[in-house]
Amino acid sequence: MSQRLVIDPVTRIEGHARITIQLGDDGEVADARFHVTEFRGFERFCEGRSFRELPAITSRICGICPVSHELASARACDALLAVDVPDAAKALRKLVNLAQLVQSHALSFFHLSSPDWILGYDSDPARRNVLGLAEARPELARQGIRLRQWGQQVIEAVAGRRVHPGWAVPGGVARPLSAAARERILAGLPEALATARQTLGWFAGTAADHQEEARVFGNFPSLFMAMVGPEGELEHTDGKLRFVDERGAVLADQVEPRDHRAWIGEAVEPWSYLKFPYYLKHGYPGGLYRVGPLARLNCCARAGTPLADEALAGFRQLGRGAVLSSFHAHHARLVEILYAVERIEQLLADPGILSDEVCAVALRSRRRAVGACEAPRGTLFHDYEVDRDGLVERVDLLIATGQNNLAMNRTVAQIARHYLSGQRLEEGLLNRVEAGIRAFDPCLSCSTHAAGKMAMVVELLGGQGELLDAATR
Amino acid sequence: MTVRTLTLDGEPVSAREDETILDLCREHGVPLPTLCHLEGLSAVGACRLCLVEVKGSPRLQPACTLRAEEGMEITTSSDRLRRYRRQLVELLLAERSHVCAVCVANGRCELQEVAAAVGVDHVRYPYRHPVTALDASHPRFVLDQGRCILCTRCVRVCDEIEGAHTWDVAGRGAGARVVSDLASPWGRSDSCTACGKCVQVCPTGALFEQLQPAGGGVKRREFLTFRTRAREQGPWGR
Ligand code: SF4
Ligand code: SF4
Ligand code: FES
Repeated sequence: MSQRLVIDPVTRIEGHARITIQLGDDGEVADARFHVTEFRGFERFCEGRSFRELPAITSRICGICPVSHELASARACDALLAVDVPDAAKALRKLVNLAQLVQSHALSFFHLSSPDWILGYDSDPARRNVLGLAEARPELARQGIRLRQWGQQVIEAVAGRRVHPGWAVPGGVARPLSAAARERILAGLPEALATARQTLGWFAGTAADHQEEARVFGNFPSLFMAMVGPEGELEHTDGKLRFVDERGAVLADQVEPRDHRAWIGEAVEPWSYLKFPYYLKHGYPGGLYRVGPLARLNCCARAGTPLADEALAGFRQLGRGAVLSSFHAHHARLVEILYAVERIEQLLADPGILSDEVCAVALRSRRRAVGACEAPRGTLFHDYEVDRDGLVERVDLLIATGQNNLAMNRTVAQIARHYLSGQRLEEGLLNRVEAGIRAFDPCLSCSTHAAGKMAMVVELLGGQGELLDAATR
Repeated sequence: MTVRTLTLDGEPVSAREDETILDLCREHGVPLPTLCHLEGLSAVGACRLCLVEVKGSPRLQPACTLRAEEGMEITTSSDRLRRYRRQLVELLLAERSHVCAVCVANGRCELQEVAAAVGVDHVRYPYRHPVTALDASHPRFVLDQGRCILCTRCVRVCDEIEGAHTWDVAGRGAGARVVSDLASPWGRSDSCTACGKCVQVCPTGALFEQLQPAGGGVKRREFLTFRTRAREQGPWGR
């Protein structure tokens, strides 16, 4: 008889999750599943609204990355209007997206994940958090907190409000950037840059201590997908899609986000509300691809800023071809933070960014449109259909955590295989499963937007595999 | 013009014969919540928020339509009035679908302001969430019935100032809705001149501009002030 062990809940990730580890008849780990249980039904909520409200509505999907949804949505709306977004608006959107990347990556790296390394996976869970970090390594904790604050301040300086800005609108952005706001951003930039460099240097230097995680935390061949610029450089807001394989060879390049359905299939599994996207040509589940910081660095030809290009070269040493271990996503985040800070400086150096022409005004002219951007956790798609008055008929969101779900399952299975002994869930295993999932930085509240119905089963299975308790809601 | 003397919350005040109790309250700095009333439009007493007690009368009366009379004793604030006002606002919120977080009027909404002023911290009635369609057929404006409080400001401004009379109220009770022309989509209305005055006077996020859906709903009401001034200073008369 096969047995299942359930770990519940994963702490320190946004939202909730449930994990099942499936043992085979031989008592070995056969499979693992990372179930997402929170459901917010946002797509239904959008139906019947005017498409012009969608950037504001969809930015409420996720409290962690409102900016990403707002930008993907605004880009889909641009396409419904069929307008050319003014250059200053494009630059400001990029700026805000990069600031969002900095603050989100800083949260993931410093607040959520670094306690594992600094304090140890097996340290007291009550202390294994940012407060414990502040005691053990006050300087690191302080830098992380300040870096994240700077990212938030940039968003605030450009978009007005830190959370749920309501600033990106169809055709552009609501307000130009003031010279004073530019100065405020620049004032904090040197410190952010220093923190980014220093942390990257420190973390890269600890690689030898993390060999085991690098081997076990999601280390397997897969495809990768990310947005890139016209020359294959890193681009988080305005790019086209590239797929690469485990050797780093480009499978498809400059794919228009609006054509993503021609490249990405979505499988449905009876045990989860998430859909499972895969690279269509390679079938399911062979077309498993990952998105996010690791994927972006594996896909791009270069970063496009001097320090980040150097850092990228160092990062590439971690693999042959593509870097395959999801543990290295932590390293990738630091490279991206460095890139983002440099790029923000470049964008602000262009006087055109202060232009007051920031929005193209037009009536709806298309009925269907797709908008995409790179959210901190990976490529995000908003796909809309509207009626002749612009009222929303269909909203489809393809979200990073959904795209990484298969890879997360595999990561959990790999970790369980390595650390599970017997039929008991030891602390050590649980801690590492959590850490393995955190490497993906999943944001669960928004990845469960899909299905039409809600039926949750919570299972509690005993050591013999018998069902002790079950709750359905 | 005769002058009338009366008391407002115990204070003796004097009023011209064309003044309402609401005018007096404003003149003397007595706070009184209002929603359907808007300076420059006729008063209809629709929202009942400005109810006051008149000594000797068992009924509460809306200050916005109540003329000042000689010897009146008016109370604008009492436990009963406060209780009613709060209930009224709660009912307005429960009646349709107010999701402030994604509303164009959020932060600039008169309903929100009034709710705060009368101390609504939660709504004790079940939300009705009626199914209401958005009318986005107009090239410039949108009507979201889900946020309409039936104050009829739009109806009055369109009739009294623009002279188009596009808006009316159809249906009764909970089924009442503002409608354009004979309940045809706004964008197909023959009478609408697309002047946007209704949008400017709407106290909530029910009427908004296509281009301002995301919290940018700034109301421009200067045209009402010009009109009131012009009347007061003579050249337009009545
Ligand atoms: S109209 Fe006012 S009360 Fe209603 S949802 Fe909008 S902001 Fe909230
Ligand atoms: S649409 Fe606005 S102005 Fe018209 S009745 Fe409703 S709330 Fe009042
Ligand atoms: S303001 Fe007097 S009844 Fe509405």
